[in-house]
Order: sequence, then structure tokens, then C-alpha cells
Amino acid sequence: MFRAFMAMFNRDLLLAYRHRSELINPLLFFVIIISLFPLALGPESRVLSTIASGVVWVSALLAALLSLDTVFRSDFHDGALEQIVLSPQPLTLLVFAKVLAHWCVTGVPLILVSPLLASMLHIKEEALGTLMLTLLLGTPVLSLVGSVGVALTVGLRRGGMLLSILVLPLYIPVLIFAAGAVNDAALGLDVSAQLAFLGSMLVLSITLTPLAIAAALRVSLN
Amino acid sequence: MTTISLPEFRPVPEVILTARDLFMSRDDRPLFENLSFTLNPGRVQQIEGPNGSGKTTLLRIMCGLILADEGDIEFNGQNIRSVRLEFQEQLAYLGHLHGIKEELTVIENLTFMQKLFSNQDSEHDLLALLETVGLAGFEYSPARTLSAGQRRRLGIARVLLSDAAIWVMDEPYTAMDRKGIKMVEALISAHCQRGGIALLTSHQSMDLSHLSETPVLLGGQ
Repeated sequence: MFRAFMAMFNRDLLLAYRHRSELINPLLFFVIIISLFPLALGPESRVLSTIASGVVWVSALLAALLSLDTVFRSDFHDGALEQIVLSPQPLTLLVFAKVLAHWCVTGVPLILVSPLLASMLHIKEEALGTLMLTLLLGTPVLSLVGSVGVALTVGLRRGGMLLSILVLPLYIPVLIFAAGAVNDAALGLDVSAQLAFLGSMLVLSITLTPLAIAAALRVSLN
Repeated sequence: MTTISLPEFRPVPEVILTARDLFMSRDDRPLFENLSFTLNPGRVQQIEGPNGSGKTTLLRIMCGLILADEGDIEFNGQNIRSVRLEFQEQLAYLGHLHGIKEELTVIENLTFMQKLFSNQDSEHDLLALLETVGLAGFEYSPARTLSAGQRRRLGIARVLLSDAAIWVMDEPYTAMDRKGIKMVEALISAHCQRGGIALLTSHQSMDLSHLSETPVLLGGQ
């Protein structure tokens, strides 16, 4: 069972590596959106640092949404999804491997590049750690919850708009707690409550969304 | 006639697949109703009917990919939805699409499928398998360079490595050359001799009559 999980995970990483140009899109989008704000609002640190956490998190949300489309689409169109669904392995495990691989190539780069963008937005140094931690806890939730929406809409011809309408409302709790944590950290307040909320959202989505994704994929293939 | 080197065929368990009172409609037009048949070990069951008569739909229902409007599919007497993993362990489905990733090489595709469809102690020699299906020499070619017939052959290699008792094949001869058709026939007949089941649709007449049940006719024939 673990062997199939690893095979799925490795295959998706390899496929992502062979499609490097597509891979870079969400990251580029994230960087460009954030770097537009200092240009539009002027470089005063006071204005930027008050909106910085919101800007980073809204951009992360949109970048996640942009990248999600690729999770199941090619597998759906070339029949690989059929074979995955018909394989004698638990589908929940295989879809979890797929989403994990997807997060590794789309979510992790956002976390890595965030210190650079934080300094561009004058985020205080003491809030930087919190920002990265919220991204580490929050972006997997975005990938997992978003994948449920993708699994539901993968069979539709114009699923893109529907996907945003389905998924963005579900992202709001993550946005509220993550941006709030970064703001509080900048003010020197305790952020453990928000981080605990983000952590519990992550645990919940790791345990529950693979079941929903598997069920939604079966519906989409029907 | 050219001889085909057959792979080492492992024995498969004897299983029975039953379709019970299937009813399926599309756009308010019934495709089939009260359709029942049983697939027994060692037999080939063909589905015949004109284009659009629901052959592919029926095969997908038999695999559990689509839910019929009414009726059940039973695997050894149990509904396939309640014994999904055991059923899928004995199922190999060759559809119109092969699930081949174009960015991967032939051998990478097959290695992944092997890990998905068989367990560690029943691994096949993939190079021998590729030779059987006539893809020797293409191991390291990217799958996107393969022709339609070669993709079909790769799909058949995937069927072979699963050691499944039930083969469900949708038009297995499409895009195949004459030698390829002979190969598929030889494989199906060897599969039946080891007690396997083959369920297939085809527009071409086949040389498997001695193993075949009366075809299931769809589309009001």
C-alpha cells in the first residue's frame, strides 16, 4: 500500500519536473501580484506594513487556486484517472499522494520565497517567522480543500469559474486566521491561538478531504 | 504464421462475474433493459451492437466505473461496490484511453503501473513483457512518440502485468496491425485456458469461437 503511495507521489513529482514551465506559473503569479503593491501604493513602510499580511495571504490564495486546475485534469483526459480508480489500492491514499506531490511543487516554493516578499512589503522581522509558519500550515489546507472542488469539476468543460465559486468561500477561515496571526505577531502579541486553529484545520483536512476527493472523482468519472 | 512469445502466465483464481437485470438509459432513451448474463471461468464473452448502442457504457458498468440506473454487478455473488478492492484486484480494464503519460518513457509508464496493479512479490519482468507485446527496443522512448497501435500494445502490457482474472477490453484490436491482432487473440485464448474471463467488444470477427459464449446483443439487434 505504501509502495503504491510512493509510486504515485514519485510519478507526479517526475511529471511536474518534466513540465517545469507550467510549474513556475503560480510562483511567478504570486511574486508579481505582491510586487505590484509597493509600486501602486508607494514605498512608504507604514502603509505597506499594515496591509502586508493580507496581501501575502490573498496572493497565496489566488496562486493556489490558479495551480489547482492541474491536479487531476491531465489524468482525467488521458485515462490515467480511470486506471487509478480501478487499481486495487485505496483511492483515498492515492489521491492524498497526488495532492501532496502537488503541494510540494506549488505550495512549498511560495513558502520559500515569502521572506523576500515580506521584506518588500516591510513586514516586521518578528512577524516573518509567523508568516512562514502560517504558510506552512495553511497552504496544504488550500491544496487539500481545493482538490475537492477540482475533483468535482474536472469532468466539466468550463469548470474554472465554478471552481473559484466553490472553493474560495472555503478558504476564508484559513485567510482570517493566517492573516490575523501575522498582524498580531507584528504587534508583538501571542499568536498561538491562531496557529492552533490553523493546525487543527490542517489535521481535519488531511483526514477528511481525501475521502471527499475520492468520492468526488468517482462521481466525475460516472 | 509468426509465432508469438507468450509471457509466463500465472494461474488466476476462478471467479464469476454476473450482471443482473441491468437497465441503463441515456437522454431518456433506454440503451438496454433487463440485461442479465454471467461470465464463467475460461470463457470469452463478446458484446455486439452498432455504434452508440451502449457497448462501452456496458463495459464501464461491469468495471464499476459507471453506476447503472437499475440492476447490480456481482463478483462471486457479492455486489462489486461492497467488495471493491477484492474485485479490482481481479480486474484489468483496457478502455479507449490507456492512461499513458506522454511525458514519461515507456518503461517509466509500465513501472508505475506495475506498482499500482501488483504487489511486491509478484513483479513481472517488464522487458520480457514489452517483448511479448512487440515493444522491445522502445523501452526508453517517450510515450508521446508512440503510434496509436503501439499505445494499444502498451495498454495490453499493462493488462498482462496485473495477473487479474477478469479482462475487460473495449475494442482491443483498434489500431492494431495483423500481427497485433493475432497476438491479442493468442493472449486472450491463453488467458482463458488458465481459467480467466474475457469480456470484450469488437467490430472485427475473431478466431475465438471455441471459447466464446453467445454474444450479448445490444441496440435492438
